[in-house]
Amino acid sequence: MSLLDIQNLTVTFPTPRGPVNVVDGVSLTLGQERLGIVGESGSGKSMTGRAILGLVRPPGVVKADRMAFEGQELQGLSDRAMRKIRGARISMVMQDPKFSLNPVMTVGRQIEEALRTHESLPRRALKARVAEMLEAVRIHDPERVMDLYPHEVSGGMGQRIMIAMMLIPRPRILIADEPTSALDVSVQGQVLDLIDELVRENGMGLMLVSHDLHLVGRYCDRVMVMNAGRVVEVLDAKNLHAAQHPYTKGLLAAVPRMNETRAELPTLDRSQWAST
Amino acid sequence: MGFDMSAIHLKDLNIFYGDTQVVHDVTLDVAAGESFALVGESGSGKSTILKAIMGLAPDWTGAIEVDGKPRSHGPDRAFSRQCQMVFQDPYGSLHPRKTIDATLAEPLLIHGLKNRDARVVELLGEVGLDARFRFRFPHQLSGGQRQRVAIARALALEPRFLLLDEPTSALDVSIQAEILNLLKRLRKERGLTYLMVTHNLPVVAFMCDRLAVMRHGRIEEIASAEALKTGALATPYARELYRLSNPEETAEEQP
Amino acid sequence: MSPKTTGLSAWLTDDAPASRAQANLGRAYDIFRRLCRNPLAALGMAILLVLVICAAFAPWIAPYSPIGQDLPNRLLPPSAAHWMGTDELGRDIFSRVVHGARLTLLIVGLVAVISAPVGLILGAVSGYFGGWVDRILMGITDIFLSLPKLILALAFVAALGPGIENAIIAIAITAWPPYARLARAETLTFRAAEFVQAARLAGGSHARVIGLHILPLCTSSTIIRVTLDMAGIILTAAGLGFLGLGAQPPLPEWGAMISRGRAFILDQWWVATMPGFAIIVVSLGFCFLGDGLRDVLDPKSGDKA
Ligand SMILES: Nc1ncnc2c1ncn2[C@@H]1O[C@H](COP(=O)(O)OP(=O)(O)O)[C@@H](O)[C@H]1O
Ligand SMILES: Nc1ncnc2c1ncn2[C@@H]1O[C@H](COP(=O)(O)OP(=O)(O)O)[C@@H](O)[C@H]1O
Ligand SMILES: [Mg+2]
Ligand SMILES: [Mg+2]
Repeated sequence: MSLLDIQNLTVTFPTPRGPVNVVDGVSLTLGQERLGIVGESGSGKSMTGRAILGLVRPPGVVKADRMAFEGQELQGLSDRAMRKIRGARISMVMQDPKFSLNPVMTVGRQIEEALRTHESLPRRALKARVAEMLEAVRIHDPERVMDLYPHEVSGGMGQRIMIAMMLIPRPRILIADEPTSALDVSVQGQVLDLIDELVRENGMGLMLVSHDLHLVGRYCDRVMVMNAGRVVEVLDAKNLHAAQHPYTKGLLAAVPRMNETRAELPTLDRSQWAST
Repeated sequence: MGFDMSAIHLKDLNIFYGDTQVVHDVTLDVAAGESFALVGESGSGKSTILKAIMGLAPDWTGAIEVDGKPRSHGPDRAFSRQCQMVFQDPYGSLHPRKTIDATLAEPLLIHGLKNRDARVVELLGEVGLDARFRFRFPHQLSGGQRQRVAIARALALEPRFLLLDEPTSALDVSIQAEILNLLKRLRKERGLTYLMVTHNLPVVAFMCDRLAVMRHGRIEEIASAEALKTGALATPYARELYRLSNPEETAEEQP
Repeated sequence: MSPKTTGLSAWLTDDAPASRAQANLGRAYDIFRRLCRNPLAALGMAILLVLVICAAFAPWIAPYSPIGQDLPNRLLPPSAAHWMGTDELGRDIFSRVVHGARLTLLIVGLVAVISAPVGLILGAVSGYFGGWVDRILMGITDIFLSLPKLILALAFVAALGPGIENAIIAIAITAWPPYARLARAETLTFRAAEFVQAARLAGGSHARVIGLHILPLCTSSTIIRVTLDMAGIILTAAGLGFLGLGAQPPLPEWGAMISRGRAFILDQWWVATMPGFAIIVVSLGFCFLGDGLRDVLDPKSGDKA
């Protein structure tokens, strides 16, 4: 059975010019696999992730024919029930660790809190689990790092701490929303390798949101391309370079290559698929 | 032609913020008409070098010469017509309460240039923005459009040197392509010299003639774009960067 | 795609304004529209509109002279002839309250015009340059801030002598420090912003950067703060008037009127109550408007919908 089954998801926001569907009829299923979601900014990638977790704030309205996690319908669940699922069963890593970590709480405390809200453990076991998790995200001296405040860690380490926090309750699905856009190339690779490894080891489902097709192609099994709230196409990552849709091809071609010989980069002809 | 004359010349440059030294003994020469890249991980002092050249990081020792003239330690009016800078964050570099028109007219006004209205329209055209954007406020523009405005502002005084601080790193790949094409075209049309900070090596391969790899405030290696394209880099750190930023190659390595 | 609105409103909300004036008017219109959507702010605006109309057309609105004595008709309770009754010299209180609107508006207007720019400029200069400039300017500001406002105003009036002009000066002297603090705090957040650096790189002088780039960003929070402070200013002015140090008789200043009515507060309640009521209503009007402005102007708390 698939972990996540979403049919015809729509997220609508009212604007001065009438309601706008920022996510418009998206259907997807996610098993124990790595699904990439790509598209330009504003195409509704983050909104899709937020809708799954029930995090779309009013005046946004979420509608779907079906939105099921392990067979359980998520729509209409009480706030309490949703909180139980969010974090414990489905976790989300956001783009910038600086905005997602509490600046006045030590890193160790925050990870403990994340675990404690979902599982009650004795104090010592709690600490051990946190240390173990920090090691899993390749922080080599967890004892020291646990006592640091978020501003005392670098961007890459902050992101790894976020990942530790999200994975410690052992969720079934991880939604990673541009987890490395704020990081250097050298650190980007490490963080993605780490997510990849943890997801595979634990048999989780991964939704990796990014605007970089190559990156998604490298770390995912399937790729879903979105534009203006709609799914443009879904491809096997292996066949990414054989993409048929002109939008996907346009996105792929726009990325400069290391052995670049083109005098000019091809750009998207927006008039062709500008939302109506 | 050939890049014989040194247009931007840095010698033994040390830059300080208070008591901490963030750039150590940097020496490099950018030729007139060249496009030169500074690459390296964040915090390695790339932006700081640009700021020192512009006079925004005044605490430095060593020598900075632009177009044969030594630079002072602060921003100055004459220099501003010669050299301009484009910042990384298109959301932070435009005044939120000023229309695009006011932003573009400002440098012209400061230097008492004539025909401001015509120039503003011309500048918008040059960076590929429709004239209907002229009286909008920045929040009514997308990131890519804002970056075009920032480039137009830098071009307003017709400088011959542009310092670009990660001009596309906050943008989508599809918008990045448009901005890179624009920068490339402008350089060709106006014979500009670029000193460009980036951490994206493929962008260097597309845009630049040479690059300096920086680490911990020092230059590790200066290489040509040809060497970069073939991976013929000398230092281990530069080769590591090359390996990490070459998605095609790494993709093939994956089992 | 969008239902086309017509005429002026369409012109003001145009996505692609055709001129500088249209763009700026459009922004003002947007603020006005959002203020009107907030019921309390709309009520505040209505109250202040009434105040302004009273002040502008006082001689035509007031049925009697504000200073003409009519001793046979003294201390009459509110009636059809005298809506708010008469005072101990037989003057019509309604007429005096209406004329008092002029004084109130004069006081708050002048205080705002003097103290807000002083505070803004000192704060912006202090925050922009930092270092010893900041230490000196903020030192002075702190000295003023540490003394209670009314006491300080009292001291200045005592030194300058009673009278409405001196009251205005005294209140203005005590009112600027919070604006300086506020402007400094705001300036610190913009000082290192890239658009400020870009203005410097274009060759702009420090004065230009402060005046044209930093100050416009501090004004909205200062306008909010000044509007909210108006109530306090009116009360301070009334307090000075009440103590006999502000406007002098026979000027119909609301505070002074309360002070005169104090003697009859138990038997002729209307003499003190009517001007007091005016003070409360106008103060509330400023508070409501200030609150509404905060929601509309402050990008941190208000949404941009
Ligand atoms: N509160 C809101 N009101 C109206 N539109 C919104 C709101 N929040 C987000 N949007 C719109 O939703 C669209 C999709 O946003 P998002 O999912 O964040 O895009 P992505 O993550 O693909 O960059 C954007 O066009 C954005 O403007
Ligand atoms: N205004 C400043 N004050 C103090 N330190 C700074 C300031 N700006 C940058 N730094 C420090 O200088 C170093 C180099 O920064 P920067 O030049 O911005 O790096 P890069 O652009 O290569 O990412 C960093 O360690 C950074 O923390
Ligand atoms: Mg997003
Ligand atoms: Mg930088």
